Amino acid sequence: MSTTTAKNAKNARYGMVIDLDRCNGCGACMVACAVENNVPPAQAKATARTGITWMRVENVANGASFPEHRTAFIPIMCQQCGEETPCVSVCPQQAVEVDPKTGIVDQMPQRCLGCRYCMAACPYHARYFNWWDPEWPAGMEKALNPEVAPRMRGVVEKCNFCHGRYHAAKAKAAAAGRRDIDPADYQPACVEACPTRAIVFGDLDDRSSQAAQLAKSPDAFRLLPKLGTEPKIYYLTRRPWVREIASASSPAEVRRG
Amino acid sequence: MKHSGKISFFAGFAVMLAVGWAGFPRLLYRGTPQPLSFSHKVHTGEKAGMKCEDCHVLRASGSFGGVPALESCAGCHAAPMTGTAPEKRLIDNYVTPNREIPWLIYSRQPDNVYFSHANHIRLAKLACKQCHGDHGDTDTLRPYQEDRVSGYSKDIWGSSISRISFGRGRRDGMRMDDCVSCHREHKVSDSCLACHK
Repeated sequence: MSTTTAKNAKNARYGMVIDLDRCNGCGACMVACAVENNVPPAQAKATARTGITWMRVENVANGASFPEHRTAFIPIMCQQCGEETPCVSVCPQQAVEVDPKTGIVDQMPQRCLGCRYCMAACPYHARYFNWWDPEWPAGMEKALNPEVAPRMRGVVEKCNFCHGRYHAAKAKAAAAGRRDIDPADYQPACVEACPTRAIVFGDLDDRSSQAAQLAKSPDAFRLLPKLGTEPKIYYLTRRPWVREIASASSPAEVRRG
Repeated sequence: MKHSGKISFFAGFAVMLAVGWAGFPRLLYRGTPQPLSFSHKVHTGEKAGMKCEDCHVLRASGSFGGVPALESCAGCHAAPMTGTAPEKRLIDNYVTPNREIPWLIYSRQPDNVYFSHANHIRLAKLACKQCHGDHGDTDTLRPYQEDRVSGYSKDIWGSSISRISFGRGRRDGMRMDDCVSCHREHKVSDSCLACHK
């Protein structure tokens, strides 16, 4: 077994902590995400359900009228469920798996047959179906990220914590003869783009990481924890009404702004 | 005439085998010559004594340079060194007009494949030969063979259409199964996104 461990980097459990009190809803994370992951501009006929937004910022309000009216923004992406991962268990193609080395829920669009069972199973509506072939305005295809393969019509895709960046960090470490990556080399695009630094990304199993420490904060919570899927996205808020809405177990309870 | 049925069966069998193993690959692959005659042997041999990584560089970022750009060639061949015909073509057609050589890449993988040379060279300590065979010692560039159906290089499937390899110490082909079997053998990551992007 010693040779096995020598050949592998130590396992990580990547996760995010998103501070809802810092998020001002600017949407920079959504743009950075789409650019990084070669998500084409939405078709004119696309709706919130048929368009592709690996990351989307939801707007919620406390329902009170001025001057007590308050709004908050909740960025939602794949919650990277660590246990009983719903999309994994329903996929008839084995196109989804939880990578034991990173904890990332891997989606393989090339293996997907497009049944969309995973989209029905996902409690977070974090999966998106390609209703159209990707199209980029003339010239924009030159700005495509070569580290991410574009997807075709008929397959499902979702956030994978910018896996191309993980590859790049791995390769950089390997070039220096190291198996373990430098955490500073692997930060997803949304984390980098956030102007208020509301998103903190890191290995939740590494006690020294800021993400692991923040996830233990009393202000931290996860979406739909009662499902037992052990998501690796944590949210932080010190505002009770935001936490109440974000922790709601049914969409009917959420009042969208 | 007792055995004529058997004879014609085996004759037919032999003909169909020949068609399947010799004829079909010719039909399946379209050969294109490389734009320029290049001898790895001259460059890696005693005369020039270069190493693979002198031209096929691995950058500090971990990215791999692949086939070198024209400037690597022009570094030495800005003016004729040997006076051979291919060198004259290199200088006249590419170096002087400063035009990149449109090499056809034998080992080009589909777009959704991620492969890190850094991981395999620095961590797994694989020699170039392990996957690329004796390419570094060859005197000529063989024609690039493209699968007419998939558009991929023949090197991805492997040189033998039946996948029976007689080469020693080298895996024939660069298919997903070839990658996965080695990864499993060495108990390194075999998750989908380890090699896909």
